Amino acid sequence: MDNEPQFFETNAAPGVVGQPLSRVDGWAKVTGQARYSAEYNQLPGLVHAVLKTSDVAKGRVTSIDTSAAQRQPGVLAIFTHENLPKLAKTPNNPDDRKAFASSPMSFFPMASDQVHYAGQPVAMVVADTLEHAQYAATLLKVNIAAEVPVSSYLDPKATSYVPKNVKGTAGVTKRGDAQAAFRSAPVQLTATYHHATNHHNPMEPGATTAHWEAPDRLTVYDTTQGVSETQKTLAAMLGLATEQVRVVTKYLGGGFGCKAWVWPHVVLAPLAAKAVGRPVKLVLTRPQQFTGMGHREEQEQTLRLGATKEGKLLGIVHEKTSTTSPWDDYAETNSRIINMLYALPAFESTYHLAKASVMTSTSTRAPGDMPGSFAIECSMDDLAYQLGLDPIQVRLLNYAEKDATNGHPWSSKSLKQCYARGAELFGWSKRNPKNGQTRQGKLLVGYGMATASYPVHNSVGNARVRLYADGRAVVQAGATDLGTGTYTIITQVAADALGVPPENVRFELGDTILPTTQWSGGSTAAGRVSSSVYLAAQEVWQKLIKAAVMDKKSPLYGAKAADVVMEKGRLQLKADPGKGEAFGEVMKRASLSDVEGTAQGRYGSVYKEPGATADANMNKEEKEAAAGYSMHAFGTHFCEVHVDPELGTVRVARWVSVMSAGRILNPKTARSQVIGGAIFGIGSALMEQTVRDPNLARYTNADLASYHVPVNADIPNMTVDFIDEHDPHVNAMGVKGIGEISIVGVTAAVANAVFHATGRRLRSLPMTPDKVLEALRQPA
Amino acid sequence: MSSDLFPPADTPSPADNSRRSFLKQSGGILGLALAPPLVSQAERLTAYSKVVAGTTEFTLRVNGQARTVRAEPRVTLLDALRERLDLTGTKKGCDHGQCGACTVHIDGQRTLACLSLAVMQQGKEITTIEGLAQGTELHPMQAAFIKHDGFQCGYCTPGQIMSGVACVREGHADTDDQAREWMSGNLCRCGAYPNILAAVREVAGQPSKG
Repeated sequence: MDNEPQFFETNAAPGVVGQPLSRVDGWAKVTGQARYSAEYNQLPGLVHAVLKTSDVAKGRVTSIDTSAAQRQPGVLAIFTHENLPKLAKTPNNPDDRKAFASSPMSFFPMASDQVHYAGQPVAMVVADTLEHAQYAATLLKVNIAAEVPVSSYLDPKATSYVPKNVKGTAGVTKRGDAQAAFRSAPVQLTATYHHATNHHNPMEPGATTAHWEAPDRLTVYDTTQGVSETQKTLAAMLGLATEQVRVVTKYLGGGFGCKAWVWPHVVLAPLAAKAVGRPVKLVLTRPQQFTGMGHREEQEQTLRLGATKEGKLLGIVHEKTSTTSPWDDYAETNSRIINMLYALPAFESTYHLAKASVMTSTSTRAPGDMPGSFAIECSMDDLAYQLGLDPIQVRLLNYAEKDATNGHPWSSKSLKQCYARGAELFGWSKRNPKNGQTRQGKLLVGYGMATASYPVHNSVGNARVRLYADGRAVVQAGATDLGTGTYTIITQVAADALGVPPENVRFELGDTILPTTQWSGGSTAAGRVSSSVYLAAQEVWQKLIKAAVMDKKSPLYGAKAADVVMEKGRLQLKADPGKGEAFGEVMKRASLSDVEGTAQGRYGSVYKEPGATADANMNKEEKEAAAGYSMHAFGTHFCEVHVDPELGTVRVARWVSVMSAGRILNPKTARSQVIGGAIFGIGSALMEQTVRDPNLARYTNADLASYHVPVNADIPNMTVDFIDEHDPHVNAMGVKGIGEISIVGVTAAVANAVFHATGRRLRSLPMTPDKVLEALRQPA
Repeated sequence: MSSDLFPPADTPSPADNSRRSFLKQSGGILGLALAPPLVSQAERLTAYSKVVAGTTEFTLRVNGQARTVRAEPRVTLLDALRERLDLTGTKKGCDHGQCGACTVHIDGQRTLACLSLAVMQQGKEITTIEGLAQGTELHPMQAAFIKHDGFQCGYCTPGQIMSGVACVREGHADTDDQAREWMSGNLCRCGAYPNILAAVREVAGQPSKG
């Protein structure tokens, strides 16, 4: 709203915001004192639950013999579909689901005898020790009448269809006549891109500790990215009022999208705790993590790109085919980024789904934009090579000065500066324009780059600020810190907003007893929580200013409140800064030990148009239309790869990322997020793939020894830089998120570098040595 | 790839505390007469705890303190630390020796607590992340991790730090490539590797060149 203050105006003088403050939670993390959700051991009578999962991907449970397990010492209860307490509302029921804030799939296991995917929980053992529960679970004899499963969209038994909607995006979208534009284009490129299944694999597996403090009071320590969403959903499922459930997540060991939802184990733990009358801890094993909290679906995309002989885009036709579960039409929306990244006159996109015997895939770091960017950014690279243009040049040629999808101007966009700065830091000018020409010893050397972008998703949330007369402050919001730095950046924002040093600020998060704010996901937390804290601090000042101007003993007595400002903890006249006093003086005379302020922070188009979210049927485009601006972060990645032509191995030798994402609150934690996103993407580009057996539809590599994530030796030193941006439209702080944009374009940058090194275009991820060697056997 | 990445042939192999070798030994205990060399091992075990079946009480030296643990022989050191001694700084990421999150020091050697049975660690000096700092004074590796932002979520961090301390002590952090290799048993999904490298190399006395 225009009458709301903005950080740009009230904090023009440099403060701690924008400084590379070390993490305020660093001490707790390096000393082992930080308690994660499976570490609340002090709960009275805490016992352990262990899941028994199905080896079969499809069928019906005909019997479960629990007798041997039951006889084991320490076993307190065994739950199967026959005795699991019923949920008040269940994900299986579409009407019930409306009450959930965070339901990842329309199926709840152990509610019937049905088995729909391998790894689905079929029983749960509760025992006094972890070992007793684990051993007893191995003694359960589960008989399943197996049926023939469908393993993926690639299975000949699979039937493909075009869904009405995927994640709020229509199954078919058309802007202009892209088919005609492609058909008549002088330059036509058609390419198909393949993506393996990927798993988030946060180092901390999913874990839920449930404690019924009274029959109507449940506290849950859960690995969740959103305590409020989990609270609301759990309450509905368990038949409680929202306020009867408390969810706590003080530290979260990574999330990457898989911890954004209430998965079955989150509900099973409180059910077990209620039944045995003791607090229950349920931790997924690493193999269970692969079938317990979703994945990024395997998929293929075909991109048909039409352009002029000069390299200007005329139209793109995009099709995606992917696997979904038996119950949900879920697909990452790859089309979004392909539609908006360049000045593209016509676009058409179609989603094809095939139901298979798998759980529903879920949000994974930059859902849609990450795989979508692989297709568009490799095809743009193809276009550049085909026309003899520099890859940066072809992108500048198609630079979108406004959002082609709706005609709106960008709230801010500094992509040109990102290209220029990235090229400079990387030494792009030294690149040989011809591919397959650069060698270092026997290694083939390639340079590649790609564009990154991620949208600003609307989000709102509350915060409370309490400023004490001694200059210390407690700041609260029910946000979560996935490791992204929320604890630290919000401490910085509060310090500047209150004019006190950061060591005087304690920021509390991760608990539903704190002011309600939305989940940490979709790169929304930094912009939303920082804005709500900043605005809550403004309320503190308004209260103090009011007290000062009415206080006869104050130098500000009689002044108009609107003429008084806060500068580094001092209340003073705007026109005469010499006239004023420290806030502590005002509070002392008024006998105020502390002053509280609360506020709602808004991120995205709801910032200027709070009504934009009121209509739930309004899609993102309509919301942006209401605000008049398109809001995205932009950036670039540059990389150098070394390809061993004999072994087919690809090593990333150098990396440069340059991001523009509004105000960077802390360049140290922001840099870590960007290198982290790039490394996640390098994993996806070169090594990560979960393989489902085509006959049994069961993962063959559901562990960290055979699902390869990057290790230290895979990663070079990385250079990260930020383009400073002033964006007054996005929120009160001018902040855009960076957690997800950092992975967008990464796989394409690596593939483009491999193409430059070898002259071979690899369009199937991950680019493992077998694929590289096969490509090298083909003519360039 | 330079040769300093790999240990010379005469490097002593780390003490074998693994669950796997215990099981082999247990099998051996059953056939003592056939396997005389294992008698000493069996004696060594029973010297500390007369009964190795069922729940027993035994003592572990953790971070310089004698701690009593009541557990079955199948209980791993990791679960003994986390579930019995409430030393939750040592993390469980995979429980199969694949991620390094549970790295502790046993008699100064970095060891995966998830592959070690608690009952076999009697008489040994166990150091966990909680025992690294001297009071409020952080170990230089802990301070370097904060300074270089060698973590995000913090879940792999205790294991990384315990590995980092050992890596420097072993003399495996003398070059960037060597340190990268010898820190590669510890996965970090947030992707803090360049920062972890910077921290380890700083403590090794040579800042990372990249």
